[in-house]
Amino acid sequence: MTDFAAKLAHPKAVLAGSSPLVDHSEGMSYLQTLPKRLVSLYLPLGLIVLILLFPFYWMALTAIKPDEQLLDMESVNPFWTTAPTLKHMQKLLFETHYPQWLWNTMFVAISATVISIVASVLAAYAIVRIRYRGAQWVGAAIFLAYLVPPSILFIPLATVVFQYGLFDTPYALILTYPTILIPFSTWLLMGYFKTIPFELEECALIDGASRWQILVKIILPLAVPGLISAFIFCFTLCWNEFIYALTFLSSVENKTVPVAIVNEFVDGDVYRWGSLMAGALVGSLPLVVLYAFFVEYYVSAMTGAVKE
Amino acid sequence: MTTATLEQARIKQPLREITAWERLKVDRHWLGFWFMLPAAGFLILFLAYPLGLGVWMSFTDARIGRNGIFIGLENYQWLSDDSIFWLSVFNTVLYTAVASIFKFAVGLYLAILLNEHMPFKAIIRAVVLIPFIVPTVLSALAFWWIFDAQFSIISWSLRHLGLIEHNINFLGDPNWARSCVIFANIWRGIPFVAITLLAGLQTVQPSLYEAATIDGATRWQMFRYITYPLLTPIIAVVMTFSVLFTFTDFQLIWAMTRGGPVNATHLMATLSYQRAILSGMLGEGAAISSAMIPFLLAAIMVSWFGLQRRKWQHGESSD
Repeated sequence: MTDFAAKLAHPKAVLAGSSPLVDHSEGMSYLQTLPKRLVSLYLPLGLIVLILLFPFYWMALTAIKPDEQLLDMESVNPFWTTAPTLKHMQKLLFETHYPQWLWNTMFVAISATVISIVASVLAAYAIVRIRYRGAQWVGAAIFLAYLVPPSILFIPLATVVFQYGLFDTPYALILTYPTILIPFSTWLLMGYFKTIPFELEECALIDGASRWQILVKIILPLAVPGLISAFIFCFTLCWNEFIYALTFLSSVENKTVPVAIVNEFVDGDVYRWGSLMAGALVGSLPLVVLYAFFVEYYVSAMTGAVKE
Repeated sequence: MTTATLEQARIKQPLREITAWERLKVDRHWLGFWFMLPAAGFLILFLAYPLGLGVWMSFTDARIGRNGIFIGLENYQWLSDDSIFWLSVFNTVLYTAVASIFKFAVGLYLAILLNEHMPFKAIIRAVVLIPFIVPTVLSALAFWWIFDAQFSIISWSLRHLGLIEHNINFLGDPNWARSCVIFANIWRGIPFVAITLLAGLQTVQPSLYEAATIDGATRWQMFRYITYPLLTPIIAVVMTFSVLFTFTDFQLIWAMTRGGPVNATHLMATLSYQRAILSGMLGEGAAISSAMIPFLLAAIMVSWFGLQRRKWQHGESSD
């Protein structure tokens, strides 16, 4: 089980590329001349990065282009705009329910994430450190739960949500999202808790601390990076979730951003593209800003997700 | 005498106070139970129970607003004669196979490129992950716009380069539509594969490459005989995840084509949504999504045993 943990580099190193094991800066790159590197490295890399980023450029450009330039591609070069406008943004923010949808998404994402993290911290600590009878099996079961995709659960869940009287309320999402988040964050936090030396806990036990005190006063402060990783990754997953939100919500005011954009903006109007792309852009921005501040934690959450 | 017995009684007293309640609070196994309770509650109520319920519903004729009665395998029998269902199975397998192969190939290539030493390395690596961060539906909408029939920027560029005469109807033609959704899926999946494989790549000892260079190995040989074998375990895990999430994809298709044109891009997940929620045939929809389970188990098994075999070849103990 610990095999992969040893085989993956530290998240900081994944970004900066300076793990203690590998130091490519003084490696064999001197064997390659600049023209050769240009063809074998910079050219393909530039091309891939360009393709990966182009949709965002196009999204942003469409969001600020005036309507007539969107539809007339012959007189003005479509790759640029000469008259940027905030009209689409204004329409989005003041003539639709968009702020309400943003708030819904935020509320659901934060509530579901907080619930999941609390449950996961308790579960991960119990599996790793309390080691009750059958803890290993529970750990394996949680990993399997991670592999159950929402698209085979949404039909029965819809009937469950309806029976509990949660249909078309934010609580339908707040209570069902943890089924996606708990397996992931438990798995991630188990990895973090394993790295905390258990001698610390032994000392605390001798000093008369209860398990609860150990968890709150010793383990959690030491696991803050893991908690941040789990938190922002869960938040991203919630923001990204679509099928449950599409199935469990019906009234316009209750929708989350992804569902609302797909359902409410898509009409026959040829002039919809500007506000549609503005909506997509504004909906992505909170996550991109969060990402910009916590890149390392994202990477550690991603690599932690595939550790076994 | 009396003082001595009193003394004894006082000593005994705290011992008697360990009640069943105290035991519940201190006993390891009970403590584990209390700690597991919130997580287990959620997973049993909203994951395990619906999973079972879904399989049960696939044997009933449930509709929206009416509990079904048991009808045995009728839903599956009905589906086995349904050409749209088989088309969706074909689409799902094609979508998963093509997208996974490309994600793996390009992702690994990108990981190897990113592992090189170059200026602004950290920024480039961070930027590569952005498609993974942005919600799938929102980037799918951007692709919808890029692949628009009338105002597609790709059609415009190709037309001005003189390569085509008329706009390509990207999402209106069955084969073009399939290629487009597969492309969007690959685009979305590459960052995950690349960054996780990069994390694996960085643990490969550079001395191995140095030794291989001295032995006169080409770059391809270094990749084939050093990088690839050492990366196999992590590749197996990453690709299992990738296959699993591609196979059950829903949102990308729903945002771009909703299964059209003429069902050419319907995956099993989108078809089950359409049948169960939009047409109200919950039983039939549940049967379609239950039909995905064997495929998923097969995917997990293949990668799991692939992983085990590799370990065994390396002579490691399988832990």
